[in-house]
Amino acid sequence: MQTNQLFLIFCSVLLLLGLAAFFVGRSKATRVRASGTSMHAQPDQYAWFAVVATAGPAILVSALGAFVMLLIGSEIPTFSLLLASLAVAVVGLALGIKFIRSNFHARRAIETVILWVLAGAATISILTTLGILISIVGEALNFFQMYSFWEFITGTTWAPGNSFLMAAGRGEGASGGAEFGSVPLFAGTFMITAIAMCVAVPVGLLSAIYMAEFAPSRVRSFAKPMLEILAGIPTVVYGFFAAITVAPFIVQVTGAIGLDASFNNALAPGIVMGIMIIPFISSLSDDVINAVPDSMRQGSLALGMTKGETIRDVVVPAALPGIISASLLGMSRALGETMIVVMAAGMRPNLTINPLEEMTTVTVRIVAAMTGDLEFDSAETLSAFALGLVLFVVTLVLNLVSVIMIRRFRDKYRVNNL
Amino acid sequence: MSDSYDQISQQLKGRHRKSTRLKYISMSALALAAAFLLIFFADMLSKGLPAFQQAMINIEINYTEDASTNGRAAVDRDFSTLISRSVVRVIPLQMRNDPSLLGTTQNRWVLADGSVDQYLKGNRVRLDDEEMARIDRLVEEGKVEMQFNSGFFSRGDSKMPELAGILSAVVGTVMTMIVTLAIAFPIGVMTAVYLEEFAPDNRLTQLVEININNLAAIPSILFGLLGLAIFINFFGVPRSSPLVGGMTLALMTLPVIIISTRTALRSVPESIRHAAFGVGCSRWQVVKDHVLPLAMPGIMTGSIIGLAQAMGETAPLIIVGMVAFIPDVTASFTEAATVMPAQVFTWAGEPDRAFVEKTAGGIIVLLAVLISLNAAAVLLRKKFERRW
Repeated sequence: MQTNQLFLIFCSVLLLLGLAAFFVGRSKATRVRASGTSMHAQPDQYAWFAVVATAGPAILVSALGAFVMLLIGSEIPTFSLLLASLAVAVVGLALGIKFIRSNFHARRAIETVILWVLAGAATISILTTLGILISIVGEALNFFQMYSFWEFITGTTWAPGNSFLMAAGRGEGASGGAEFGSVPLFAGTFMITAIAMCVAVPVGLLSAIYMAEFAPSRVRSFAKPMLEILAGIPTVVYGFFAAITVAPFIVQVTGAIGLDASFNNALAPGIVMGIMIIPFISSLSDDVINAVPDSMRQGSLALGMTKGETIRDVVVPAALPGIISASLLGMSRALGETMIVVMAAGMRPNLTINPLEEMTTVTVRIVAAMTGDLEFDSAETLSAFALGLVLFVVTLVLNLVSVIMIRRFRDKYRVNNL
Repeated sequence: MSDSYDQISQQLKGRHRKSTRLKYISMSALALAAAFLLIFFADMLSKGLPAFQQAMINIEINYTEDASTNGRAAVDRDFSTLISRSVVRVIPLQMRNDPSLLGTTQNRWVLADGSVDQYLKGNRVRLDDEEMARIDRLVEEGKVEMQFNSGFFSRGDSKMPELAGILSAVVGTVMTMIVTLAIAFPIGVMTAVYLEEFAPDNRLTQLVEININNLAAIPSILFGLLGLAIFINFFGVPRSSPLVGGMTLALMTLPVIIISTRTALRSVPESIRHAAFGVGCSRWQVVKDHVLPLAMPGIMTGSIIGLAQAMGETAPLIIVGMVAFIPDVTASFTEAATVMPAQVFTWAGEPDRAFVEKTAGGIIVLLAVLISLNAAAVLLRKKFERRW
């Protein structure tokens, strides 16, 4: 509470100083101008310069101080840090006022500051990627100190249940301890992803072909928003639909033909995930097909090909890099999709190729490890970061390949809006 | 001639038939997607609409001496299993707050138990025949009826299905979205302005661009791991709070806002910039006074769409602990909170059948909010769209 109040006081004092800087700066600049000297900038610009000189360094000092405090532990008390920042603000105010002279380029100075602020904002996105990388890699390395990387990649048993015994120092060798063989998880992930792609690629691609080549503009103006709605439905809703409607339906249907399906079968989340990905594939494929130059269609039709043959033998092959790129993007989304599988797929790792059986995925295990009541540095929690690392690498590679493919397409046909 | 004209025209017919077949196959793919959408909405509505109705019972409450300590004593024994436990629970409190109630008897409409509610909605419940018969009799007497479930919108979560409402999740969503927008909007717009209007075209800029496109495609759950490791464990932001949830979602929304802002900035014609430069504006003045105002509608549209996306996101919030049981409305940004999709997730995991309709009801509310947000974005675009 006290920190909050201190912070509030700091902010209000800083605000007052800033206001003072503005008015003092403006009156000084106006005075200088009134005395007949011509100045490089408007009085308001000088005033804003004074404000920036006051607040900028102070905020920078307090932010840096807070960061250092976090890094080395709380060695500088908050109070003295804020006081120091205020002192910096006062010095900044004095300097800012002093700089108000006729030969000083206030506007240029402000714009340099603005440029730096904008560039700083642009680095946030890089920092985010770095943050993801550092947080995941750091914890994953901790995990690999406890558990061998090779066994993680090649092991076929995922049984983290005993990790709390290991953490308590009572794990007795590999037999009594937890096992983190991730093969069944990846098998489950790829199975569900494959089912999803079997639904999404044909439906998405054919919808795109219809919208780009056949549909009258009236249908098109209606179909595009419809697919966008499909893309806008939250994944948790898809998950509920898969678990409560699709899975029982599949159990009934397979039961009717004499097959035994689990209620957590892989088919239900796979199909629903496929439906979720349709719009990603169709909208990008649609753009790509539209970008195929018309001269190619005209050439093909002039040679006497039918419309269908033109599409099959000319348009789709030309658009293929873009279509593959769209499918890869869809695939990377399917691999990382969480809520649908958490709600509709199983929890039990199962190495099987029967999609009617229960199986689990990488993301399900990450969520399971994170929502349990485990210590943060237990092996199971850390295993989530190792799984996350693999997920990150795989999706990164897919995304990059997809970007390269689309760039190749763009360069070939000189399309600018893709 | 080996092929007669007849044969050729036969062939041609076949080829045209194939062409038409492709048309109908591709059309049916689109129809499949549409059919799914219809089935989906029909299913959600049929499951969720009953959640907006709630069974109420008209009972007599006797505020006797006994009732001031044990609420059960205030209602007829026959009714005590039919009404919600929450009704009985508050009777002693009511009497303490208003002593004049003592000794009076009042007729009130009170919440029925979840099982009564489910029985009246035609679902299977664990009630014995005698209780079912009693409920049927009460319905005939007009003492039990379905009313609009206003409590669904005015109460927080509860373990009792008849009491569970969505208000705390709605408030949590609003607070989280405030944090998300407050962070993602300025940073996103500034990044886009920098990249589009100021940045030199060098390796670094290209790296930032590739990085942003890649961020947009990273699985959302990894942002949750980032939030946990960096925001919670390193910076010490309180777990489960709208603050940490909003910060995590802000990082996810950032690429969406950046990409749409850049598109909007790019659609402002160069002639505007040339004209402004021509009258002596500096680069920043050109951007601030001319380009940004013209691009604003596009930026707003993109931000609303990004906001809608963040609003439906659950996976990263699970990782930062925002899936919590929150019966009361959260009052501060650092307290534990839940959001609408997380509430849907929590309810979907409840074993009680009555929560299925609550889940679907929550989904209907969530979808209504999302669809109206997206519609607002589309309208905004239509209204302010300018062709140069």
